[in-house]
Amino acid sequence: MRFRTQSSPHVIPAHSVGGVMQQVLMALVPGTLAMTWFFGWGVLVNVLLGVLFAVAFEAAMVAARKRPVMATLADNSAIVTGWLFALAIPPLAPFWVTLIGIAFAIIVAKHLYGGLGYNPFNPAMVGYVVVLVSFPREMALWPAATTLPESPLTLLQSLQTVLTGSLPGAQEWDAVTRATPLDAMREGLVSGRTVGEITASPLFGTFTETGWEWVGNFFLLGGLYLLFRRIIHWHIPVAVILGVAIPAGFFWLLDPDSFASPAFHVFSGAVIIGAFFIATDPVSASTTPLGRILYGAGIGVLIFVIRTWGGYPDAVAFAVLLMNMVAPTLDHLTRPRVFGRSRGGPPPGDGHA
Amino acid sequence: MQLHRFHGGLKLADETDASTAEPVLVMGVPAKLTVPLGQHIGEATEACVQVGDHVTKGQRIGQSKGYIAAHVHAPTSGKVADIDLYPVPHPSGLNAPCVVIEPDGRDEWGDARMEPWLDWDTRDLRALRQRLRAGGIVGLGGAAFPTAVKLNPRAGQRIHTLIVNGAECEPYISADDMLLRTAPEAVFEGIRITARLLGVERVLFAVEDNMPEAMRALTETLPTELRDLIELVSVPSIYPTGGERQLIKVLTGQEVPSGGLPADLGMVCHNPGTFKAICDTVIQGRPLLSRIVTVTGPGVKHPRNVEALLGTPFADVIEAAGGYAEGVDRLVMGGPMMGFAVHDDSIPVIKATNCLLATRPQDTPSPGPVMPCIRCAECAAVCPAQLLPQQLYWQAKAKDFDAIQDYGLFDCIECGCCAYVCPSNIPLVQYYRYAKNEIWAREKERQKSDIARERYEFRQERIEREEREKAERLAKKKAAVKNKENDGDKQAAIQAALERAQKKKAARAEGSEKNSEKGTGSETNGEETSTTNDTRDGDDR
Ligand code: SF4
Ligand code: SF4
Repeated sequence: MRFRTQSSPHVIPAHSVGGVMQQVLMALVPGTLAMTWFFGWGVLVNVLLGVLFAVAFEAAMVAARKRPVMATLADNSAIVTGWLFALAIPPLAPFWVTLIGIAFAIIVAKHLYGGLGYNPFNPAMVGYVVVLVSFPREMALWPAATTLPESPLTLLQSLQTVLTGSLPGAQEWDAVTRATPLDAMREGLVSGRTVGEITASPLFGTFTETGWEWVGNFFLLGGLYLLFRRIIHWHIPVAVILGVAIPAGFFWLLDPDSFASPAFHVFSGAVIIGAFFIATDPVSASTTPLGRILYGAGIGVLIFVIRTWGGYPDAVAFAVLLMNMVAPTLDHLTRPRVFGRSRGGPPPGDGHA
Repeated sequence: MQLHRFHGGLKLADETDASTAEPVLVMGVPAKLTVPLGQHIGEATEACVQVGDHVTKGQRIGQSKGYIAAHVHAPTSGKVADIDLYPVPHPSGLNAPCVVIEPDGRDEWGDARMEPWLDWDTRDLRALRQRLRAGGIVGLGGAAFPTAVKLNPRAGQRIHTLIVNGAECEPYISADDMLLRTAPEAVFEGIRITARLLGVERVLFAVEDNMPEAMRALTETLPTELRDLIELVSVPSIYPTGGERQLIKVLTGQEVPSGGLPADLGMVCHNPGTFKAICDTVIQGRPLLSRIVTVTGPGVKHPRNVEALLGTPFADVIEAAGGYAEGVDRLVMGGPMMGFAVHDDSIPVIKATNCLLATRPQDTPSPGPVMPCIRCAECAAVCPAQLLPQQLYWQAKAKDFDAIQDYGLFDCIECGCCAYVCPSNIPLVQYYRYAKNEIWAREKERQKSDIARERYEFRQERIEREEREKAERLAKKKAAVKNKENDGDKQAAIQAALERAQKKKAARAEGSEKNSEKGTGSETNGEETSTTNDTRDGDDR
């Protein structure tokens, strides 16, 4: 009898890229729902649009590069990019912000570099930074964190807002939007108030604004699920959070009136989602265990530094992109010791002879 | 005993229950045996019988020439029907020289049979080693390294620890498990012989913790007088604990140096099957003629272990396990992690055939298309050699053979853990094999060109040397000539003086002029001769 031959291992493969990404998407669900609950239907509308655009651009680019379209789409990586991008922008940002951001993410940051696996920068963050610096007004339109039942806009109205770029009825943006906790903190400190005065606002919960902190909790839940399923490893998320918390804690202890608490930093903005979902993007992160710790810590520290003394209150995207640049070097410098060799030991003289 | 842990590895499901349910079936003699001549790692073995010869059981039919080599014997008596190239179990799928034997059904031992050595304990160590060599024993764990070589440590190398590698870490394989359950005494005898040969102080006998019955059999039969020598150790079943280097790490915490051998740590490692073979050869005078094969997988009807003669076609072995199940499409020799798929089941059992695994499409679905590496580093997380498999992959693709060696290509044990976890379905191990082959090929080329260069340089040097010598000789001669010329001047002066004196004499007496002319003439002749000599030297070159 004759048989097909195939290379080892002869077992059911443990993982597939599509499967890994699917787990990531599943882990994003609780946080996304929490965000929708606190920031309105716009979140869902954006996620839908983001995913749609991302898949469309991905398909077009793959076809243009004459690669198998369906097989590539099955890796689900475009969906993750689209989804993460949509979570990063304000829930009622007009659709063209998403369109431009995703176009940049998929076309430039991903495919012009060779597609999945070859992109040195996290595509979603590249897209985000592009729209952040290009459209500061639109990117500041964060609604106040309320709850869905109290939300000023229904699903349909949200859709309308996103598509037309203006609020339904005669509503004013000012009535709907509010400074994010990071903005509030920043502006408050600039105008000479103390941290205590700023956080005394009834909107603040334990660590930061109630809505933001709950969203953080749910993303944390998803992140822990990924850890539990071994889709991601602990090094990067832990290092990012400690990278933010340790310097924040140091300055906070030094001068609690002018520096926000470490918990405020961790739960405001995108630190949690960044630590578990963005910094852990394998393609653009460091790959060795020690390299990942340094990479994550670098992101954390940069987030704190940029937030505190830099131009942008939420610095996750910049921090990630900056550390993306360092990742290859980190990999090179943190090569693990090979079994049977001393660290940095020479290759075997004639082990193969 | 304090156990250690090696980096990475995989916890794989144990699939040996089906094949251990029944005792080992000793298969009969098949209709035809195709015995490959090259069944071991190392140098080639050549046929020492001819087509038409009658051979007896245990007769040597393949003679090894080199040091790292093993003889091959006729598994039964019969006629040599053919000596030619036939398909053999090898990943390349290429044909190799085989001796085809048509059994006569009598299964007779001939005069060439080695006498049993019940008194091996008193035999000379060299004779023991020769006996092992004569038995054609190779490591039966799957690597098939000639055993006699491992039992002959280099001068000055002391082996203090013998390790029995009963850690059958691949899922499905249970050949060692069954051997330990059924013939622990023979294994202990083999250990005793080996321990004497090497003069070891201790024996660490490792059995995986998912082989409780084997462990029980061993504990019960361990002879009292060996209790001080042999320590039975249950090791956690993490793939690839059965890798020599990994097992040594688990047992002793020591790492075999990169590029080195366990012997560098004073250790030698063997598979239980090998000890049984040692026992058979030394005590019974039976060379390696058969081995236990696990026939298993969802693709066979009644998975079990069989003892098959070397040269038995795979198809017969499968038949002994109830035949194929419906829809089987893959046949693997070895385990699912490191084994290779064969394209034909007419190929024979060899010394390295520890397992035949048959699967259906639903058991081992073809992985999806190969995707780009996403740098997830899962491969690095499981690599027991602590390598960075994805870097090796990039370097192999880029043919950067210097970097890939620097990153430890030759420390890769090809365990397949990385390929198993790779979400992008990259056949990583294939890239490493490719790179290794490429480097070996280049190495050979280099050696060839090195030899050529050396030859050229040698010739060049010889020419230069000769040139130099010639120049020196010339210089010497010139100097000599000059000296002679100088001498000539002196002599001329003397001559002149003489002549003057003679003239004075001549003034007194006649006939003195003739003599002085003669003298000058002989000088000139001398100079001419030396010039001729130099010219001849020049022609020589
Ligand atoms: S497991 Fe595969 S995809 Fe992941 S880093 Fe290794 S080679 Fe790349
Ligand atoms: S096959 Fe080689 S590189 Fe891959 S895990 Fe095993 S030792 Fe490491």
